[in-house]
Amino acid sequence: MTEWALIIYCGLITFLTRFSMVALLKKEMFNDRVREVLSYVPTAIFPAIIFPAIFLDNSGSILIEDNPKILAAIIATGIGIFTRNIIATIFSGLASYWFLIFVV
Amino acid sequence: MKTNLQVFCKGIVDVSPFMIPVVPFGLIFGILAIDIGFSPLATMGMSLIIFGGASQIVLIQLFSGGASSLIIISSVGAVNSRHLLYGAVISEHVSDLKLIWKIIISYFLIDQAFALSNQYFKKNQDKNKYFHLIGGGVTCWVIWQSSTVLGIILGESIPEKLGLSFAVPLTFLALLVNDFRKIINVIVMITSGLIATLGYDYIPYKAYVIVAALAGLCVALILTKNKKNYD
Repeated sequence: MTEWALIIYCGLITFLTRFSMVALLKKEMFNDRVREVLSYVPTAIFPAIIFPAIFLDNSGSILIEDNPKILAAIIATGIGIFTRNIIATIFSGLASYWFLIFVV
Repeated sequence: MKTNLQVFCKGIVDVSPFMIPVVPFGLIFGILAIDIGFSPLATMGMSLIIFGGASQIVLIQLFSGGASSLIIISSVGAVNSRHLLYGAVISEHVSDLKLIWKIIISYFLIDQAFALSNQYFKKNQDKNKYFHLIGGGVTCWVIWQSSTVLGIILGESIPEKLGLSFAVPLTFLALLVNDFRKIINVIVMITSGLIATLGYDYIPYKAYVIVAALAGLCVALILTKNKKNYD
């Protein structure tokens, strides 16, 4: 398969995963119970992206010791809990990460 | 009711803080793709046609590892399966729209725009509320395309040591700031995070994201049911 064919197929499958539910589901299929469970979708998905990015090294092995990302993420979470501020959360995490790798 | 343009601009404003990490992510993608041997045109083509950071990184990583086309395409599908859930959540709010709008909205249905527009949709019942998602999506599109171009041009002159890729999990963390004080949400988060981390090596085709997310949703299903019984 050529490079471009591969890119187009990957683009198609990406679009179809976004489009299929938008196109197929109807308003009538929703009730309060379905809505309540679906409201947990972001809560259920984002940690599956966050945790591996923090706890795994480049080769995919779990890295607990000597991993500044863990402490930086804990600080960002703490700032997030107390301020509920998005920018403060992102920057406190980045700043403490840089502090840990460049200064400490 | 607000005008379409006002709702569109609200989408831009709401999504903007979350665009900070998109820049380094796009840069990294551009740099990696060129480094692996894709032409600048093909690299740009990926950002324009696929428009999904995780999909594009998976594509070039597996491609450079010599994986077959079928493995690459199915892995991209698995990484993207979370969008099925996003679509399910959003569909209720856009079900009355014409097909062409559903197609446009689907192209822009990315993580950040989904999370913020979902919050907006819950609070607003205006007919034109979907312009919020388009505003957020277009903002991300412009930033993603321009940072890909920058990555192609700058190549390897950006030090990897800065660890800018760490900004990606931080963004997703920031998208959950309102969840940390709710006990059910915290349990769902820990379940999903642990399964994704422990299953990363064992769940094939990078499907760990959707497997972990579905496990988290099952926990939410059980806990919210019990909550009702105790009320």
